Amino acid sequence: MAYAVETRDLTRIFSGKKRQRMRRKAAEDGGRGPVTALDKADLQIREGELVGLLGPNGAGKTTLIKILATLLLPTSGEAYVAGHDVTKDVFPIRQRINMVSGGETSGYGLLTARENIWMFSQFYGVPSKVSKARIDELMHTFGLWEKRDAKVRMLSSGQRQKMNMIRGFVTDPDILFLDEPTLGLDVNASRVIRDYVKNWVRGQSGKTVLLTTHYMIEADEMCDRIAIIDHGRILACDTPSNLKKTIRTDTTFRLEVDALRDTASFTSIRGVKNFSSKDDIATNRTHLTFILEDEAPVSEILSRIAGQGARIHSLRKTEPTLEDVFINMVGRGLE
Amino acid sequence: MSSVTVRRSDLRYRIGLNLRSVVGRAYPRVIGANREPSWIFFEGFLPLLGIAAYVFIYEAFGRQAIATLTDPAEIAVVQANTHALIATVVLGGTMVAFWLNVLWSMASQLYWEKEIGNLQLYMMAPMNRMALLGGMAVGGMFMTSVRALSTLVAGVLVFGVVFQVADPLALVAVFFVTLVALYGLGMMFASLYLLWGREAWHLSALLEEPIFFSSGFYFPVAGLYQAGAWGRAVAIAGAFIPATLGLDAIRQLTLGSTAFGGRYWLLSVDVELGLLVGLAVLFLILARYALAYLEMLAKREGTLTSRHQ
Repeated sequence: MAYAVETRDLTRIFSGKKRQRMRRKAAEDGGRGPVTALDKADLQIREGELVGLLGPNGAGKTTLIKILATLLLPTSGEAYVAGHDVTKDVFPIRQRINMVSGGETSGYGLLTARENIWMFSQFYGVPSKVSKARIDELMHTFGLWEKRDAKVRMLSSGQRQKMNMIRGFVTDPDILFLDEPTLGLDVNASRVIRDYVKNWVRGQSGKTVLLTTHYMIEADEMCDRIAIIDHGRILACDTPSNLKKTIRTDTTFRLEVDALRDTASFTSIRGVKNFSSKDDIATNRTHLTFILEDEAPVSEILSRIAGQGARIHSLRKTEPTLEDVFINMVGRGLE
Repeated sequence: MSSVTVRRSDLRYRIGLNLRSVVGRAYPRVIGANREPSWIFFEGFLPLLGIAAYVFIYEAFGRQAIATLTDPAEIAVVQANTHALIATVVLGGTMVAFWLNVLWSMASQLYWEKEIGNLQLYMMAPMNRMALLGGMAVGGMFMTSVRALSTLVAGVLVFGVVFQVADPLALVAVFFVTLVALYGLGMMFASLYLLWGREAWHLSALLEEPIFFSSGFYFPVAGLYQAGAWGRAVAIAGAFIPATLGLDAIRQLTLGSTAFGGRYWLLSVDVELGLLVGLAVLFLILARYALAYLEMLAKREGTLTSRHQ
């Protein structure tokens, strides 16, 4: 089976500019050295797969995509896209790929949405007639037809992101890199994008998508497989259901309690495999998720919460979700 | 890949790809930039004010010189020289538009593209990098030619300048080669500015006024030779900017090589055209290698994209 994307021991270390390095050395702060964005990352994506890359901020998702998109060189290791080495054979890769990032502000404000997309299609050698026909079709699909002749600077962020998505598809890539494509979009716009991406991959053979997202539900709903990445390392890569099975023997509890001062002490409770906490400022409450070996530690958890004078508003035992898998592997939540 | 779109890589395909890329990148400058009619005021009318200042000074000097003369032949010479100076200023003011475009819309362009997020999309595309720079240059030439022409026409109408073009073909050749050399320099700068980042803006500012002077935008540049050794040094240094030689040759071709008694021209038109061709080739080659090297460097350092992207 041909791999659309393959990385072996892929490592990227950012050492910063020479001047910055010298300044750091002079400061002798000891804590800030080179940053390892990718640490021997291994990933194989088969042709026709839609693979999600889940990880917290700074996990190395965007760095991985930039290397695969031939925008960044790895420090060591190997990366292949469509069978070509990203460091040596970029032309056939660039013919086959495209990339869309969330919150992108690319294009020229004086051009219309249609003109902007057409302009980018020319850099891939798409004949104008073909390009314009595809743009019109995609604009209808993404609900941007009404805005086809609006100048880009007059578009809302959602409309602009739809335009960016069309830019990504108009060149008919074989491999598409989507870096948080629904970031900041409303529910409807996100739904349109998700549906189109899924249909695009599954409706024709040989199309591959690597998607990074912060939204667990999005990854769960869309992806054939999900790779969990943290500190530059791929911790796991499997189907959503298989990933969930890995913690099915564990017990997941979710609690909503009054805002807690201290949550760090929960880690010392015997039987707590992992947990995450999220403060809700609006309600002044803390949401806790515990991955437990069994139900034994629950009483100790409750007593520690009570010890802080906090009231428990809800306590639920739930089936494991992708978020639980993530917490179990990474040791913290995504946000 | 199995059943996906067949990708060609033959020479014919690559030529088509790069020609389309040139057209695509030139489009925003050819179409987009002319959509805002405000350019007529800012880039057509306002430059006239700068030209007018020099015209009034030269006219005042001319009147002052004539006031002391009685010989009609001498008066005619002063009047001819004054007219030639005014024409020199109008031509120089017209060419200023190109120099400013090269500095601010060519040299700094890749840095600006990086800031708005376009650069990574350009660098990810299969087109040749020279097609990207070429598109920027072609679009810039067209856009600026429209502005320069409007300034020239307004200058001719307002100040009553008359040009005598004896060899229109040579004039077109000099103008075209000057633009290619000038934009070749801009393409080379664009690559270097990618490396320098924000400091690039300071360099553009630094190169603006001194080049107006050393290239003789508002006076015949060979006049610097009259100012002694430092003047000659400035004129020779200025000759590395294609606008200097181009402007000198254009002035000779539109005013006649005998204007100013034939004493204020740098070199003959033929020699200047030859040097301009040499500069054009040199700058285009340097631009090609500078961008390839700096792209590799930026990919290694991770500076091809903005920090927030």
